[in-house]
Amino acid sequence: MQLVCPAGNLPALQAAVDAGANAVYAGFRDQTNARAFPGLNFDEAELRAGIAYAHARGAKVYLALNTYPDSARLAGWYAAVDRAADLGCDAIIVAEMAVLDYAARKHPQLPRHLSVQGSATTAPALRYMYERFGISRAVLPRVLSIQQVERLCERSPVPLETFAFGSLCIMVEGRCQLSSYVTGASPNRHGVCSPAKFVRWEEHGDGGRTVRLNGVLMDRYAPAEPAGYPTVCKGRFGVAGEVFHAMEEPTSLNTLEILPRLAQAGVVALKIEGRQRGVAYVATVTRTWRAAIDRLYAAPLAWTAEPGWQQALSKHAEGHQTTLGPYHRAWH
Amino acid sequence: MKLSLAPLQYFWPRDDTLAFYRGIAATKIDIVYLGETVCSKRRELRTRDWIALARELADAGKEVVLSSLALIEAESELGVLGRLVEDGGAWIEANDLSAVQACRERGVPFVAGPSLNIYNHRALAMLVEDGLRRWVPGVEQGHVLIGELRAALLAGGVAMPELEVQVLGRPVLAYSARCFTARALDVAKDQCGFRCIEHVDGLPLATRDGAPFLRINGIQIQGDEIADLGPEMPKLRELGVDVLRIAPRHEGTEEAILHYDRARIAQTTPPPIGARSGYWHGEAGMTLPAEAPP
Repeated sequence: MQLVCPAGNLPALQAAVDAGANAVYAGFRDQTNARAFPGLNFDEAELRAGIAYAHARGAKVYLALNTYPDSARLAGWYAAVDRAADLGCDAIIVAEMAVLDYAARKHPQLPRHLSVQGSATTAPALRYMYERFGISRAVLPRVLSIQQVERLCERSPVPLETFAFGSLCIMVEGRCQLSSYVTGASPNRHGVCSPAKFVRWEEHGDGGRTVRLNGVLMDRYAPAEPAGYPTVCKGRFGVAGEVFHAMEEPTSLNTLEILPRLAQAGVVALKIEGRQRGVAYVATVTRTWRAAIDRLYAAPLAWTAEPGWQQALSKHAEGHQTTLGPYHRAWH
Repeated sequence: MKLSLAPLQYFWPRDDTLAFYRGIAATKIDIVYLGETVCSKRRELRTRDWIALARELADAGKEVVLSSLALIEAESELGVLGRLVEDGGAWIEANDLSAVQACRERGVPFVAGPSLNIYNHRALAMLVEDGLRRWVPGVEQGHVLIGELRAALLAGGVAMPELEVQVLGRPVLAYSARCFTARALDVAKDQCGFRCIEHVDGLPLATRDGAPFLRINGIQIQGDEIADLGPEMPKLRELGVDVLRIAPRHEGTEEAILHYDRARIAQTTPPPIGARSGYWHGEAGMTLPAEAPP
């Protein structure tokens, strides 16, 4: 079972490889990937250096090209596919049909992984992507229970990768317009969710704070109350006379306790979210999962999730709390 | 221009739903999309009831399309999809890739629903090869993107399939494995008691300063505003839009159909009966608060 870790920049890539990632995933510094944040990602020289670093240590580099180009911008995504192939990336992670089709025709030897943004949740959907574009792996959206993941592993035409840890998109990926409804900027089209340039914090005299996204109130915090990043799905709102986190609390996905089940199901790769996070996050989270996976293969029957691992992960979780999320039926 | 009625997004009591569609049968609507697209637990009408209703509406002279679930997770939901495709005797509105594949494998024509991601002419052309006959763009696609896609498709020598644009209704923004209605009412999804039936136009969600913002509809989130493209009729004609889509509401749907029927016949631009859609103009979808920064 492969450990696939986030690389928002070259230091993070090196940290992930050093900490035991089997593969890292990265993006170009433009809107061709779903973490198009200022100051993140790679130009060609950096990616070349990153690939050399990873390959010298036996790790793979996957390139995320997982946004949805409109007709006028399609050529830019095709050029990015060419660059990924020329630079020697080990696979590209793609969501959109035209980009997949171009890659399959132009660079058939370059493996194509279906991105989580491709929103394929069933065997027929995966069959479509396999028959049409020859994908060799798919990343599952974070909507399926562990039982559904197990079943899909049996029926999928391609090996499956699932999310193991990191910020939790609670909506089915690739089909969430909450960010664009408020800001006009969308994960699908622009590679961003609730971008920072639309966020405005207001400090109040009593030490309390208010946060708005493009002028729309996302939350208010009492003095000293910890505040999260204002993505729409993690704000507090009024519903039926009560104010609460109507969609989800600031929390991270953590599947450590079901690691043996994911391995048993035949999941081929575990993905760590967080290309927007720093070197400390990448290093700690990668090292922790590396240890957990290695222990599982060394002594599968004796495996338990060590408290030390959980503590290390919780420290880096959004709001310092974690959930099994949709893998666990009670979350639904 | 034809008029269509989008699939019912909300969960209504069986008698309300049947009465609603009896009323629709008597309107000037040309195309009716039928079926449960949000939650497979909603069974006031079962699959066989939807198929029976489809036959009745077809007998009343309507073109009927059977709509598939937007988010399919369970084997049982794939079973329902299979029945719609094989026994429905109608085109399918494919709302995810499972439905596209089901139609492609069985040679059944389909309409690409708004929750299927089609952002460019190449994707659309490939889906035409798979059996796509009509395209409903996603909510965030405005007239510039649609126009560019159409021009690029035609330049590539591919005929444009029918183009259908939702002109009246709340935009559907997101789907989740989680039921937000159950969460708001503090009940488990597996023991939800079908409480979404109490909210015939969704459960309103407001910001903490009291501004209406979103609607909770089971596992689906909608924008609160009813977007209205009536004032955009000249642009809709210029783009070659073939079908104007209206979303069902508990009250006022027949009046809305009448409003748009008059506008298409008189070739006029009707007065607004809803909110301006920012999405259509390439902006944020919602109307922003007055104090919003530029």
